[in-house]
Amino acid sequence: MNITNPISSQKLKWRIFNDKLFSIVMITFAFISAIPLLSILYQLVKKGYKQIRLSFFTEVAPDTMEAIMAKANHEIIPGGIANGIVGTIIIVGMASLIAIPLGLITGIYLSEASKGKMTNMVRFVVDMLQGIPSIVLGVIAYIWIVKPVTSGFSALAGSVALSIMMLPSIVRSTEETLKMIPSTLKEAALSLGVPYYKTVLKVLLPTGMSGISTGIILGISRIAGETAPLMLTALGSSAINLDITQPSSAIPLLVWEFYNDPNLIDLIWGASLVLLLIIFLLNLLAKAISKKWKVQY
Amino acid sequence: MESTVLNKTDDRIIQIESPILNIDNLSVSYGGDKYSIMNVSAGIQKNKITAIMGPSGCGKSTLLRAINRMHELYPETHHKGGITLGGEDIYKINPIELRRKIGMVFQRPNPFPTMSIYDNVIAAYKLNGIKLKRSEKDEIVERSLQEVGLWDETKDALHKRGTFLSGGQQQRLCIARALAYKPEIILLDEPTSALDPIATAKIEDLLVKLKKNYTIILVTHNMGQAARISDHSMFMYIGELVEYGKTKKMFTTPKDERTEAYLTGKFG
Amino acid sequence: MMAVGILATLIVGSIPTFKEFGFGFIFSSDWNPTEGRESYGALPFIIGTIATSILALAFTFPFAFSIALFLGEYYKKGRMSSILKSMIDLLAGIPSVVYGLWGFYTIKPIIVELGLNAQGFGIFTSAFVLAIMIIPYASSISAEVINMVPSNLKEAAYSLGATRFEVVKNVIIPNAGSGIFAGFILAFGRAIGETMAVTMLIGNSNKIPTNLFDLGNTMASLIANQFGEAEGLKYTSLVAMGLLLFVITGILNLIGKMVMRKFTA
Repeated sequence: MNITNPISSQKLKWRIFNDKLFSIVMITFAFISAIPLLSILYQLVKKGYKQIRLSFFTEVAPDTMEAIMAKANHEIIPGGIANGIVGTIIIVGMASLIAIPLGLITGIYLSEASKGKMTNMVRFVVDMLQGIPSIVLGVIAYIWIVKPVTSGFSALAGSVALSIMMLPSIVRSTEETLKMIPSTLKEAALSLGVPYYKTVLKVLLPTGMSGISTGIILGISRIAGETAPLMLTALGSSAINLDITQPSSAIPLLVWEFYNDPNLIDLIWGASLVLLLIIFLLNLLAKAISKKWKVQY
Repeated sequence: MESTVLNKTDDRIIQIESPILNIDNLSVSYGGDKYSIMNVSAGIQKNKITAIMGPSGCGKSTLLRAINRMHELYPETHHKGGITLGGEDIYKINPIELRRKIGMVFQRPNPFPTMSIYDNVIAAYKLNGIKLKRSEKDEIVERSLQEVGLWDETKDALHKRGTFLSGGQQQRLCIARALAYKPEIILLDEPTSALDPIATAKIEDLLVKLKKNYTIILVTHNMGQAARISDHSMFMYIGELVEYGKTKKMFTTPKDERTEAYLTGKFG
Repeated sequence: MMAVGILATLIVGSIPTFKEFGFGFIFSSDWNPTEGRESYGALPFIIGTIATSILALAFTFPFAFSIALFLGEYYKKGRMSSILKSMIDLLAGIPSVVYGLWGFYTIKPIIVELGLNAQGFGIFTSAFVLAIMIIPYASSISAEVINMVPSNLKEAAYSLGATRFEVVKNVIIPNAGSGIFAGFILAFGRAIGETMAVTMLIGNSNKIPTNLFDLGNTMASLIANQFGEAEGLKYTSLVAMGLLLFVITGILNLIGKMVMRKFTA
């Protein structure tokens, strides 16, 4: 019955060694991923913080001449990214206006009619949308809006592309949040004689508010940094532009423009830093909301 | 509640002559100062079935898991006191080595779903990286399945997955898996609580047969089961070993009023 | 409705190209916009896309898998795991164009320094940056799946005397394997559709790449580069490229989701 012999105890040591080695390798690999992250953040902050002054937010992007002049005088390149900030706000805002109602309705539908052919179809389509590369959405918005509607590049076209992009995240979070709400709550409202649509609007949606708004904010943060679809739709503009049928700038588009103009390269870092800060703040906001407003069932 | 420290001279605790396993003043906590079991001392006799009973939350599973150090899978656990196996301190043996001397069967049958019946039986060898010849493997599989009375039912389906078996068959497969490595002690954590009465009866018969070669410690929620098959019984209540004795004696003349209350169905 | 619309739009938009070149569009390696001798073939870009994405997946695997094991099995709770989790959230939040900048200003010089490639651009550089971009996708799904492996199976293995590594090898990987696979398929789809960082790093050469350090181009980055000024056949060919991209990522996504659903059911 005694199976402990010298060979197996040697083997045991080997196995324990293997086990330890594996955990060490795993932990090392897991945390190596921090290096690129730190490197990116370090680079942005180190090179970008100099540009961040008040005028960086209030002035539009400089043209090449201004930049060359400033450089020749060893000054910081003047101007800012006001056109990009305004453009991003307009484009993302409009995208949200399109995507939020549509996403809410689809999400409610999926959670209420959780089975059936139609539901499966809708779910399938949402899955598909989620996987579409953003550049393809740019092509779509070009064909749908740029050519027939605004006959030229426009902020509206950019919004359409981005709205399709944020839709799946809103649908998913709405569906999942509503599904978590116990059915007794719905039944309680219905048993009070509240009509169905009012039950959804006045009981279910407010109860699921934190989950849904988290989804919306994450959706916004996902599209705020998108560049590729905007290159095919909003194009970019050197001035602040409030007309949605006209080309418009956006912060990521400005980064791209600065990148392509050797004289403006110094501005990349400030613009990227601002963009990154916006996205991180949105993520933090989403986290805070989902923590603070968590409804206890 | 006042906790009474039971020492070995207490007449509610039976003394075992030369026990195979000795639990000495053991307390186990899953974190913090709250102990799930407190100051348990008991000896376990070789080739007997020892049943551990008690209402849920009394610490019987914790005690069982402490015996093969499975409680350590939760990172925050700590313990006081000790356990010896054949005189050796189990907390000085590597848990990996300990666990092949002390096998375990769980509440719900849990054959590995990605392995065939055959591979499930020799899983201990496979997991421990021990290379066996084909003939040795065949022999171990047949012997272990014979031991649990599953050989005739499964010999034509050895290379199918174990998950198509009935619950009772799956549980016997899990017992075979624990036996294949020839452990000295087998721990069973409410092994029949998920099974129907017929399957339960089969497992009970099996355990009685197995005690010839193994020492069995059985946690059970079912008093009838303890009465039917165990030689010794422990009764635990809120982390404390209240009474430990010969099963027949304990069921007829319990010494502690809490044991009596439990056995007569006042709580549980 | 919308997806059908998207698909229809892309198909209609690419009809002229397929009329002109037939399926030769997919297999031809010639991309020539010179008027009169116009000829468009997608092959160099399909190869470029697949090469970059597969290489990125290979780079990302050890890291994403380690993170998944870390979060799904070894340290499910605690300080370390929340640090790692926020790290991954941050990585996921960085815009593609910023990754491109980092690749250009940090990775490219290293590649040149190491002598892997004279200019520092190319398939290898893009794949390296892509690998970091898809870590969050591959690791978060895999972590979830690893976390779902029933604890009673793990306990059974421990009770037989297995070490943690042996439990990972013999219980977690066989049981979570298909789900982990799905996670990496979805990450692969991400890599294929990724545009900006690749555009900035791959070198935008319209020839079929011959080795891993060669310059190349991907379907997504070709669209980004040439769509603005495109007309006629070139325009429809780029739309057709979008259609191809849509179909490939759609299929990958479906496979991934189907495996996932089977796993959670």
